Amino acid sequence: MNVATAPILSLITFLPLVGVAFIAFLPRDAVQNARYIALWTTLVTFGVSLLIWINFDPTTADFQFVEERPWLGPIAYRMGVDGISMLFVILTTFLMPLCILASWESIETRVKEYMIAFLVLETLMIGVFCALDLVLFYLFFEAGLIPMFLIIGVWGGPRRVYASFKFFLYTLLGSLLMLLAMMAMYWHAGTTNIVTLLGTTFPPGMQWWLWLAFFASFAVKLPMWPVHTWLPDAHVEAPTAGSVLLAAILLKMGGYGFLRFSVPMFPLASQELAPLVFALSVVAIVYTSLVALAQEDMKKLIAYSSVAHMGFVTMGIFTFTTQGVDGAIFQMISHGIVSAALFLCVGVIYDRMHTRQIDAYGGLVNRMPIYAFCVMVFTMANVGLPGTSGFVGEFLTLIAAFKVNTWVAFLATTGIILSAAYMLYLYRRVIFGVIERPNLRAIRDMSPREVVVLAPLVFLTILFGFFPAPILDVTAASVRRLVQNYEAAIRTATALAQ
Amino acid sequence: MSQLQSLGPLLPELALAIGSMLLLLYGVFRPETDADGRTVGWLAIVVLALAGALVVLQPAGVAVMFEGAFVVDSFARLMKLLVLAGSAVALLIAFDDLSDIRQMRFEYPVLILLSATGMLVMISAGDLIALYLGLEMQSLAAYVLASYRRDQLRSSEAGLKYFVLGALASGMLLYGASLVYGFTGSTSFQTIANVATGAAAGGNIGLIFGLVFVLVGIAFKISAVPFHMWTPDVYEGAPTPVVAFFASATKVAAMALLVRLMLTAFPGMTPQWQQIIVFLAIASMLLGSFAAIGQRNIKRLMAYSSIGHVGFALIGLAAASQEGTQGVILYMAIYLVMTLGAFACILSMRRSDGPTEDIGELAGLAQHNLPMAFVFGALMFSLAGIPPFAGFFAKFYVFLAAINSGLYTLAVIGVLASVVASYYYLYIVKVMFFDEPKDSFLPIRAKAGFVMALTTAIVLFVFIVPYLPTPLVNAAEAAARAFRY
Repeated sequence: MNVATAPILSLITFLPLVGVAFIAFLPRDAVQNARYIALWTTLVTFGVSLLIWINFDPTTADFQFVEERPWLGPIAYRMGVDGISMLFVILTTFLMPLCILASWESIETRVKEYMIAFLVLETLMIGVFCALDLVLFYLFFEAGLIPMFLIIGVWGGPRRVYASFKFFLYTLLGSLLMLLAMMAMYWHAGTTNIVTLLGTTFPPGMQWWLWLAFFASFAVKLPMWPVHTWLPDAHVEAPTAGSVLLAAILLKMGGYGFLRFSVPMFPLASQELAPLVFALSVVAIVYTSLVALAQEDMKKLIAYSSVAHMGFVTMGIFTFTTQGVDGAIFQMISHGIVSAALFLCVGVIYDRMHTRQIDAYGGLVNRMPIYAFCVMVFTMANVGLPGTSGFVGEFLTLIAAFKVNTWVAFLATTGIILSAAYMLYLYRRVIFGVIERPNLRAIRDMSPREVVVLAPLVFLTILFGFFPAPILDVTAASVRRLVQNYEAAIRTATALAQ
Repeated sequence: MSQLQSLGPLLPELALAIGSMLLLLYGVFRPETDADGRTVGWLAIVVLALAGALVVLQPAGVAVMFEGAFVVDSFARLMKLLVLAGSAVALLIAFDDLSDIRQMRFEYPVLILLSATGMLVMISAGDLIALYLGLEMQSLAAYVLASYRRDQLRSSEAGLKYFVLGALASGMLLYGASLVYGFTGSTSFQTIANVATGAAAGGNIGLIFGLVFVLVGIAFKISAVPFHMWTPDVYEGAPTPVVAFFASATKVAAMALLVRLMLTAFPGMTPQWQQIIVFLAIASMLLGSFAAIGQRNIKRLMAYSSIGHVGFALIGLAAASQEGTQGVILYMAIYLVMTLGAFACILSMRRSDGPTEDIGELAGLAQHNLPMAFVFGALMFSLAGIPPFAGFFAKFYVFLAAINSGLYTLAVIGVLASVVASYYYLYIVKVMFFDEPKDSFLPIRAKAGFVMALTTAIVLFVFIVPYLPTPLVNAAEAAARAFRY
């Protein structure tokens, strides 16, 4: 089979649904089978996605593995990946088996439905990154709300209803405005083909409105300050694997949206509104870092730290430089690994003690040395220590920001210091010290299953810290074209204005 | 023979009218063994199917009868098919429910058939008199249906309310029609369109008054705000299968009537009626969204939900373009399917001590009847307009038309209303999936189960499986081309 011409993107997108079909027809009490089917489905999907990565040609910025089929008149089923979306697809397929494994023992009620929800969510997440048609993109983007809504609401914590509604309604409002903008684009350009639209120039006045509508959607999704408030709630209430996917994949859809739509399609509006994005990013970095310092709930702390880290992403993208965009993508991938790992780490001790309060722990290093090591790696990566993946992204975005606006870079750098403060403070309180609480004396270290879940993440965190090339090489061509097209558009507009 | 052939365009209506009379006779003289009138019910479904087949067999193109009073075009054919299908399904899910309360009598299917006849005439009406005849025929049967449970105070009250307010609306419609006739000299849509055009029509206060009164009368029938007051009460009081019929087929027919009237009789006055439609749409969407939040009775909730959906469908009409009409047709088709599915679910909410209408009774349904919870949940997400369900595509097409016609404010308000509305649909999902289970319902019966499975399959698959959406979208496009814009 020739991978380049086979409909391989559709294959990995819909492969999880095959698992869904199998699980749906299992008898009600075949819980273990459901787990295994979900695991194998996600593993096979991951395997096929690696095949795509191997066959991916990083020298071109064009879309690859393109598929096109008729669907609804001018709206077609179009799929394809380029350097920007490729990595997110891999990240999704890579994290899914880990999520299934992480839920192996912690989910005991309605296991079948849980696995179905996750597999459906995987299909929709992969679809978002592969879609090359506005309507198709929107379909995957918004349909993803349904499984996540159910995951938070059914298997979540005590305030799950509030959190799931907030998550759903916030995101829905933003994305519906985006839908209207997509329709306006359709009437202007006569197509919903993203490849064609990337080459379409919209009138400057129209760009403004379109940019704002898309911004409404992606700013909520990312999330940016001040519309980030759904995130801490959703994270705290969601089950561990749900938090992992929220932090690692769903947030990235916002950043991906900026790179796929806002910057290349509306360059003039992006340029004009970049100061707004910078301001919001800096506020996010500094303010949410301060908020994170005051948290007593571990998941909430990591959630706020996610908002701060996403601030670096938006800052990097809107510098419109190669370093900035490269850094933003790297930061997203790295954050996808690190925040996922941190949520999994919280899940490990939550499964044992059933609390996420920082106060309830202390001195875990005495009983859980392997765990302490893993958390150490991810803490350092979250702080952005050189030698971990967290460093590369923050460093690149900061360099780019320094060139564009020194004050923005300066304020963002203080965010790194604050992140060191809250992460090390968290680490000290949970891991170090002597065990004072009697119920912690019998706590077990990580089981082999948990080690299997966290080991690849530890490996990748350190690998990408020393050797970022696998990521940067894939994105290079696409990012270069993105920046070139942006600069060309700005030049043309300035020339026209003179 | 040629006389008979010339009646060709009228055959579906004739089939329904003659069929209903024959069934009435059969009902009176039927054998003792057939006590509950089930046979009449099945025969009525056969008659509806026959009428549907006759509609399908009609030749393409436009046929005009009775000097323009009766028009059969691609639009009429499509809408008639929807109405007939909706009536048949609404009748099908009524059987078991009415048998339960020993109210399955042969009059019920006959009344549905008579109402359907009226609706078909409404859809084809090309003249104010034909319009009124069709509307009244449909309404009179509907008033009786609303008070069908004469042993129940609530049902009688609903029927009376419906009748009194409906008569008022009919009066307004007639008054408006007489004004239109007075200022244009004709009741034929075509002639009205020829006279009511240009600046002369826009400045003609009498004609505008007529237009407004006619619109008020029809707005009552489609229950657009502010003429919606009857809807929650009638929906709550009338027997559930009757409400399923009101919310599905009747709405489609009235909407088709409104579209035809505006686009064929008043195309020259588009700026005038467009304002009114925009207002009706905004008011309906907002009220439908906000008022439903507090409802705990599922039938009342569906009433407000249907008010909101009419608002969304009106967006398409407000666009006054071919895309807009296509949007309205698709919206009503999908709305019909979703509504019938939802009512099939509501009819399945019953325990040994009788049916229930309280949303709280759905608590934890996912844990003891997952298929039903799945179906109900899918329909709710679809009603909320979340992809990949069909409800999303319904909204998609009307918003697409609104954006193309430059109605940005209307589209943004529609979007906001749909976010608010999604709250109460999500609330039902929450009750079913997140809450602790209560006692389970009795098992779903075959007919309701069939309708639930069918509608869910349509809602879930028709728009996302390759090649499936094309016939529907193309048919809607062809139907929309029946009018000039």
